[in-house]
Amino acid sequence: MTGAGLSALWSYWRRNPLQLFTLVAGLALATALWSGVQAVNSEARASYDAAAALLGEGRFDQVLPRAGDTIEQQTYVALRRAGWQAGPVLEGTLMAGGRSVRIVGIDPLTAPGGVGPITRGGDAPLQSFLNEGVVYAHPEVADALAGALPQRVVPDPGLAPGTAITDIGMAQRVLGRPGALSRLILSDIQPLNRPPLAEIAPGLVVQPAQRGADIARLTDSFHLNLTAFGLLSFAVGIFIVHGAIGLAFEQRRAMVRTLRTLGMPLRRLMVLMAIELAVIALIAGGLGVVLGYALAASLLPDVAATLEGLYGAQVSGVLHLQPAWWLSSLAIALLGTFLAAAGALWRIAHMPVLASGGARAWAMEAGRRRGMQALAALALLLGAVAFVTLGHGLVAGFASLACMLLGAALALPLVLDAALATGQRFAKSARWEWFWADTRQQLPGLSLALMALLLAMAANVGVSTMVSSFRLTFAGFLDQRLVAELYVTADTTDQAAALETFAARRADAVLPMLSAEMRLAGRGAEIRGVRVGPSYSDHWTFIAREGAVWGRVARGEAVIVNEQLARRANLWPGDTLAIVPGQELPIAGVVGDYGNPIGQAVIGEALFRNLFPQETATRFGLRRDDANALRLALVDDFGLDPGQIRDQASVKSFSMDVFERTFTVTGALNVLTLAVAGFAILMSLLTLAAMRVPQLAPVWALGLTRRELGRLELLRAVILAALTLAVALPLGLALAWELLAVVNVEAFGWRLPMFLFPADYAKLGLFALIAALLAALLPARRMARMPPSELLKVFANEG
Amino acid sequence: MKVEKYLIWLLMVLPLPVLAQGFAGMGTKAEGFAMPRPDPTFNFPADHGPHPDYRIEWWYLTANLEGPDGTPYGLQWTLFRSALAPGEASGWDSPQIWFGHAAVTTSGMHYSAERFARGGIGQAGVTPAPFDAWIDDWRMAGDAFEDLTLTATGAAFAYDMKLQAQGPLVLHGQDGYSVKSAHGQASYYYSQPFFTISGTLTLPDGPVEVTGSAWLDREWSSQPLAGDQTGWDWFSLSFDTGDKLMGFRLRQSDGEVFTSGTWIAPDGATTALGDDALSVRPLATTQVASREVPTRWRVLVREQNLDVTAQAINPNAWMDTTVPYWEGPVRIDGTHTGQGFLEMTGYE
Repeated sequence: MTGAGLSALWSYWRRNPLQLFTLVAGLALATALWSGVQAVNSEARASYDAAAALLGEGRFDQVLPRAGDTIEQQTYVALRRAGWQAGPVLEGTLMAGGRSVRIVGIDPLTAPGGVGPITRGGDAPLQSFLNEGVVYAHPEVADALAGALPQRVVPDPGLAPGTAITDIGMAQRVLGRPGALSRLILSDIQPLNRPPLAEIAPGLVVQPAQRGADIARLTDSFHLNLTAFGLLSFAVGIFIVHGAIGLAFEQRRAMVRTLRTLGMPLRRLMVLMAIELAVIALIAGGLGVVLGYALAASLLPDVAATLEGLYGAQVSGVLHLQPAWWLSSLAIALLGTFLAAAGALWRIAHMPVLASGGARAWAMEAGRRRGMQALAALALLLGAVAFVTLGHGLVAGFASLACMLLGAALALPLVLDAALATGQRFAKSARWEWFWADTRQQLPGLSLALMALLLAMAANVGVSTMVSSFRLTFAGFLDQRLVAELYVTADTTDQAAALETFAARRADAVLPMLSAEMRLAGRGAEIRGVRVGPSYSDHWTFIAREGAVWGRVARGEAVIVNEQLARRANLWPGDTLAIVPGQELPIAGVVGDYGNPIGQAVIGEALFRNLFPQETATRFGLRRDDANALRLALVDDFGLDPGQIRDQASVKSFSMDVFERTFTVTGALNVLTLAVAGFAILMSLLTLAAMRVPQLAPVWALGLTRRELGRLELLRAVILAALTLAVALPLGLALAWELLAVVNVEAFGWRLPMFLFPADYAKLGLFALIAALLAALLPARRMARMPPSELLKVFANEG
Repeated sequence: MKVEKYLIWLLMVLPLPVLAQGFAGMGTKAEGFAMPRPDPTFNFPADHGPHPDYRIEWWYLTANLEGPDGTPYGLQWTLFRSALAPGEASGWDSPQIWFGHAAVTTSGMHYSAERFARGGIGQAGVTPAPFDAWIDDWRMAGDAFEDLTLTATGAAFAYDMKLQAQGPLVLHGQDGYSVKSAHGQASYYYSQPFFTISGTLTLPDGPVEVTGSAWLDREWSSQPLAGDQTGWDWFSLSFDTGDKLMGFRLRQSDGEVFTSGTWIAPDGATTALGDDALSVRPLATTQVASREVPTRWRVLVREQNLDVTAQAINPNAWMDTTVPYWEGPVRIDGTHTGQGFLEMTGYE
């Protein structure tokens, strides 16, 4: 009996291979997008964790310089001799083989336990570490490093990507920073009677252990973004699966009735159906895992580039597969399948044995749930508003987005039905009245695919609006900021001094780039010193300002902060900011500072040189209309290497490059989502076409030609797609607004102005219409060429 | 692999002197390092300072103390030097590694701490004159070797002591050449066993003023033990008669022992005790840190008519350091009475 049952169930898929394909493909796509994104995220997180674990950032308090990035070794020894139990760390980057390698030097004797991993290889690791200057490097950079350093380089896969670790003495030598340390890691156990830090080293501060690494917190928003996309794609995929399963189960009602009247117990039948679904889910899930791996592997280099460009985070460009990832992907496929099938199974379970097995359109069922659906849609849309007005934080932002998208998707069939009903009301002839009514009748069967299309199009409108607004703002920002015609970098401070003197005679203005790392308002930040002049005052625009900003800054009476710092620390004009201990300045203005993850304060040059006499500028912006003459003078007369000079255009294009790479991944996911939605429509139309013959036969019999019927099919698809587009556009704009005004502020610390891009939307609309048209083409052609005998059979069967 | 594993590796493979066990590397070959030779002539105060051409060296002080109410306490302050290669270099290139151990023992508690440092950067070191031995904030220093201050801190204890020598330096073995095995392994070894000590112990219950006697050992070598020696039991005993005894028993993997010692008269005159002149035997053991450790001993020196038991004041005086060992004060009863210190290594 079980065998017969299984074979009966299987025979359905054999007769309907298209539905089986839809089911498997939908599920595989959903699983692939979800698991691909998860793989990318977990690879990146593993990289951050490895980087953080190296220095025990999550476990140990650290001592950092209050200003700058250097702790004198003598200060470290003084702290040790005062009883402070701390291990020194020197960090720096080294260019090797065209890529930057993070060099970390530690003293293994004083590093608190658990700081590592260091190495595995070698017969005498500590001996080689302490006494032979061996450098242990992540395998991806080991070869490049070996080519750049005379020391022995040993690959160690346990290290964070792009990282090499060596003894502190060797690190000082390799980085050319003798006697310098970056930070101290504090041991958990400290002795009695330890004097306060301020007494021994007033220039240092203790930073408490962070639960998440700095870089992980910075990039959280990026990963949440990816996760949201993965979830959206998964939802779109599950819509397809739900549609396919629902249709299949509805069409198998007759078979279920037959099996049960033949004596198959309901329980066993349910188990068999569950097994059948599980097998399909596992096969599709397996396919999805393979696709997901391919997707992740192709996205990862871009993600790695983005993360490095945007946050300076090193992420391995190579995917490492973990069994947990495979298993969770299969689990999500199973879960998704049963989620999608729950309703269908429930209906089978509650169907009386002898209930009509006839072709009660599964669509009708959907119609009855309309009231519930309307309520749910309303609740979700209200929830979206509530999240954005009452909640705060990135999670609330994304929750609001999710509610809005889901609510809109649920509302879509109602809106479409209303629109179609309006069309019906205005129909002049019987044929058109039939057309509108028939379209409405089809709506429930298509609604899941249309919802998928709505989500995909809205996401596309929203994300492209966000990215394009960002691009416009960013380009404008670069124009404001990059006013100097040439940017030159000196090799040494001596060369810098000579360069400044030389340039002062030939350029209209010399703008030294002065900056110092600091902790401002409790966060890592940067202080810039600017030579106030028209290069700044004519170009910078303020988000908020108070008084004559530039005059006050030039006199050292006020400070300008960037938007990130202003929003994170809630500091606005009128507030004051402690630049260094004991030096508080009022905030005169807030400026946008896009593409920069950390806070920044801008002060006048004189004040900067006063506060940070040890910081000298080695980079300069030079103003002169005839930039080429100045460049020639710098190279020929001053002897600067041409590589030390960059012009405005190349700096701008480099910055824009970084920007474009940042959104490559977003763009790729966006296109994939849209493709999945297009696939959903095609599959829905194809499956519906087969079911619609009984409804079309009478219309044909009444005189409409098959060709005309086919044309109407095409028109119907275009009208539905156009109506969906009409809903998707405002939804997408709402999405863009939330991304710009809520999510970006939380994620990056800046709020971007929103611009509209009608041409882009028109292109998207055209694309959607063409996709719908293409999807409808095959069923329409089939209709137009259907042998009359097929249509006649409908009447024959009726008897 | 984590750093702590490396430290254990270091302590296992490199010669950490106090843990005189064959497996701890004390028996490893000493290529490139200087070797102790018989009939040395010490040059003080220079020899109070480090000897970087030798692989291992220590400044090892133990003290028996008494509170105002007669409560006994034990105190340890040790600075070890261990070289990865012979010689010295400046900065992080120095091949010298320094370790510090400090402890305070009461009858019920044992507090210990350890420190690590690289040579060459000023975090730890020894200068002979004026004498200054330090690692981090721990310090034993003074204008002269006979008049020192001593400080150390741990998470739960601290001490600040003054030391004054009441007698001469004592050379062990033959003029300071101390043989450690039948195969001829040896070290340079002298002591200052005549320190009086006073100062303040800071314990979790508060500060305690204490007085007592202290014993400072100085030893350096490059390969002090034979490869088959697995651990040692070392005694420094001060009798109420004013006599003192240094004795050690080195255990071999075949069950045999190598015993040696020095009888020190109240005026500092010494008598070397050969392998059969001194006998030390365990009488009772205590379960400490999941192992059986002898905490009551019989000590016999027939030619001095000495037959005493040495009983640990706190049998749980376990040094919970990176490589652990037992070190604590003992009380002496029998033909002589007095007090002293016991150190035991290599009990698995």
